[in-house]
Amino acid sequence: MAIEDDVLVIGGGIAGLSSAIAAAETGARTRLVTHKQSTLGNASGLVDVLGYAPGDDAPRADPYDAIAQLPDEHPYGKVGADAVREGLALFDDAVGDRYRGGHSEANALVVTHAGSVKPTARYPRSIAPGLASDDRDMLLVGIDSVTGFDAPMAADHLSAVDVPFDVRGETVRFPVSFPQDADVTRYARALDRDESVDDGTVREVLADRVEAVLEDERRVGFPAVLGDSRHEVVRTELRDRLGVDVFEVPTGPPSLPGLRLEDALYDAAEDAGVRITSGNPIVDFDADGGRIEQVLMDRLGSEVAYEAQQYVLATGGPVGGGIESDRDVVEEPVFGLPVEHPEDRYEWFDDDVWGDHAYTEFGVDVDDDLRPVAAEEVQFENLRAAGNVIGGYDFATEKSGCGVSLATGYVAGSEAGALI
Amino acid sequence: MSKQAESETFDPVDLFPDATEMDLRPGVDKCDKNGNCETVCPVAEVNEDFPGPKFQGPEQWRLTRKGDIEFDESVDKCLNCMRCDTACTNDVPLGQMHNVARANYVKNQKSHASREYLRNKMLANYGTLGKLGSMMPRISNTVFGLGATRWLNEKLLGFPSERSFPDFATQTFRGWWSDRGGDATSTERAREAREARGETGEDKKVAFFHGCYANYHQTEVAKSMVRLYESLGYEIAVPEQSCCGTPMFANGMLEDARGVAEGNVDTFGSLVEDGYDLIATCTSCSMALRKEYPELFDIDGIEDVASHMFDAVEYLRVNEDLEAELAGADVDFPAMTYHAPCHGEVMGVEGIVTELFADVDGVELEDTGDVCCGLAGTYGWKAEKYDDSMEIGAEMFEAFEEAPGEVALTECPMCSAQIEHGTGYEVKHPMELLETALVES
Ligand SMILES: Cc1cc2nc3c(=O)[nH]c(=O)nc-3n(C[C@H](O)[C@H](O)[C@H](O)COP(=O)(O)OP(=O)(O)OC[C@H]3O[C@@H](n4cnc5c(N)ncnc54)[C@H](O)[C@@H]3O)c2cc1C
Ligand code: SF4
Ligand code: SF4
Repeated sequence: MAIEDDVLVIGGGIAGLSSAIAAAETGARTRLVTHKQSTLGNASGLVDVLGYAPGDDAPRADPYDAIAQLPDEHPYGKVGADAVREGLALFDDAVGDRYRGGHSEANALVVTHAGSVKPTARYPRSIAPGLASDDRDMLLVGIDSVTGFDAPMAADHLSAVDVPFDVRGETVRFPVSFPQDADVTRYARALDRDESVDDGTVREVLADRVEAVLEDERRVGFPAVLGDSRHEVVRTELRDRLGVDVFEVPTGPPSLPGLRLEDALYDAAEDAGVRITSGNPIVDFDADGGRIEQVLMDRLGSEVAYEAQQYVLATGGPVGGGIESDRDVVEEPVFGLPVEHPEDRYEWFDDDVWGDHAYTEFGVDVDDDLRPVAAEEVQFENLRAAGNVIGGYDFATEKSGCGVSLATGYVAGSEAGALI
Repeated sequence: MSKQAESETFDPVDLFPDATEMDLRPGVDKCDKNGNCETVCPVAEVNEDFPGPKFQGPEQWRLTRKGDIEFDESVDKCLNCMRCDTACTNDVPLGQMHNVARANYVKNQKSHASREYLRNKMLANYGTLGKLGSMMPRISNTVFGLGATRWLNEKLLGFPSERSFPDFATQTFRGWWSDRGGDATSTERAREAREARGETGEDKKVAFFHGCYANYHQTEVAKSMVRLYESLGYEIAVPEQSCCGTPMFANGMLEDARGVAEGNVDTFGSLVEDGYDLIATCTSCSMALRKEYPELFDIDGIEDVASHMFDAVEYLRVNEDLEAELAGADVDFPAMTYHAPCHGEVMGVEGIVTELFADVDGVELEDTGDVCCGLAGTYGWKAEKYDDSMEIGAEMFEAFEEAPGEVALTECPMCSAQIEHGTGYEVKHPMELLETALVES
């Protein structure tokens, strides 16, 4: 017997979560099934809409005027700028005051761990005091055992791109020592717990060590390790102890701002009434003509059926597991949707690591309602796609990852819900 | 190749006699060190010295392949909760790697004359201990409860004096089952229920893996399961069986585990051939047969056993229209707080209970969220791990304090022991709640 709902969303990343929230808000009984954690744990926690349009060599201030000029094949070309606004509105509602950026349509410029400046549409509250448009002088503080952030180097890079303030980098020792190569969550938890160490507590000693190297800068940036469950408390205490503003610089995976965002979106989905089933992948489906009747979940060896009237495929791109490749072919594995790719495998990549790789744009092709198409034929009338499983854009180069997921997630979810 | 097909290339492996043959290379190569696994590890959260799942798995595997580096003794500190296994975005088989590393360490490096080894061996073979204890339940309960015994247990054997041993039921589940007329009675009752429900068609048949706990301690859970399943028309078989092996995996005693696995696969495999599906009321038991056996042992028929093994709540959710059954139910139950056991999460069955009862009249059920209880089978039964165990559990205890419920609900007997120990709550199993809702009302 199948488990039945109105709308079934496959994939629990930002695209799946926004689809599910949008569908649930129409009143449809909605379920989200997901295999693993999403790409958000790897991503920075920033929500980019469009940082660079094709041909741009400087960050773009207004993403919306460029969206209108993108080619029709681009996911934004299919859903339009209004869908982007709706997707961001859904996001703002879901995360509440955890995020900033909603006051303006323009991109904000955020300082990255490599010391560059990145255009983004929404950023966590903890990152806000570090914006590059702010002209207060900045001290970047690295932690010697946290490998992802070399503060003096980042400061040099920032100075080299002529930011409108003075910036310096210093490195301090963390008050607690961890096994080699420990992940950022350890530092965050130590700050959350604030246990006693020699000369005080973890937060006190860290603040003392930073104070010793602070000159007259008005704000201090740390790698994004400032607490997990109590991160606002941690940041506020450091600010009060140092007497200057404190912010986080987003770091590589696993990324705390990304994980915090994932938690916030799951909470919002639960509040919207979405039923969530996680831990096992959808591997197959049954269809009758052009309609999907049910999908099958593999639960370690046997299969369980999930049935709905409308489906949203939000399984992510080559990184999330939604697009797979072997030596010969690139394919969407659940529904076997074709993915356009060069015949010759050597053309999938560019020899230059930073070059123009074809695989970054791999994904399924969709129509304007986001229904997957093959040779211009809609494949299933009740299936829509959202997020990085859709092809035709390169989120890394154009800085559009979460924006595309939100816009397409909003459209796929609300249209699926409206049909119930 | 699909993800599933790809994971099938990790052939089931025969661990002993020559453990070095196990080839985990393909899994190791998939690790890109993104650290997602570490963000969910309960031991890494409280123990600064624990190197974490990525080290225990792929890193350590690489290091030990290189030659004379020995397995790190920290493998002994892993709970085997398998949270890291679920979290890994690249399908690295962390649970399998940890089990293998632990077995290697215990077999080749740990002193077999130590007090700790002896204690672990006793814990690992809890099935035998349970059998002895349950022969004279009242005497055992008194003896284990005595302060002097607890002191001796701590000093001599390394059990924490803070914990009291679980009481033995006055009659084992198997004893009750056979007094009741065994499988034949069950077949009869199920047939009557099917008639009353107007069901024709094929027989519904399940074989019950009760494991140690439902047999010696939580016999009420097993009895509720029986009454519930029979009322829905299921014939139940309760074959002779051994412990599932979970305490053996967790203590690195894979040779012992292999022995019990072979027996269980043989028994339950032939029931599968006869058309039975398999159920357990303990999520660690079902996970052992469903995930750990095929990952660790190359036993004939294991794939069939694994793919037919279900958690008892999950099985009904998949095979019956429970929502329709529950729609008419009117239950008078005190407010409850649910805790999803780690091994339930690994199997993807968490959430079923809260979802099922969300709209049932008279049931108020809140979830503690994604937290590990910290007892983790035998872990919290070791004096030297008691503090870590309680620190891991602290978040769960807090969630219980904050939730309005007065009764706890969970599928795992070890979680329930920890909940009782840390909060004083009375603990029920979802089978008991379902029985109240569907059979008694
Ligand atoms: C290192 C890195 C840094 C990034 N930084 C940024 C940034 O700064 N700003 C930005 O906007 N974007 C960034 N991105 C991009 C952004 O994270 C992604 O574009 C976006 O998260 C994609 O979301 P998604 O929901 O489409 O897919 P994913 O997040 O990939 O989610 C897919 C989900 O589907 C599940 N799934 C897959 N197959 C199945 C199946 N068969 N059955 C069930 N579930 C399945 C997966 O387990 C996963 O949970 C970054 C990406 C990476 C990798
Ligand atoms: S199994 Fe659990 S305790 Fe062991 S390393 Fe993985 S997450 Fe940590
Ligand atoms: S989550 Fe998987 S890929 Fe990432 S570090 Fe852990 S084992 Fe490696």
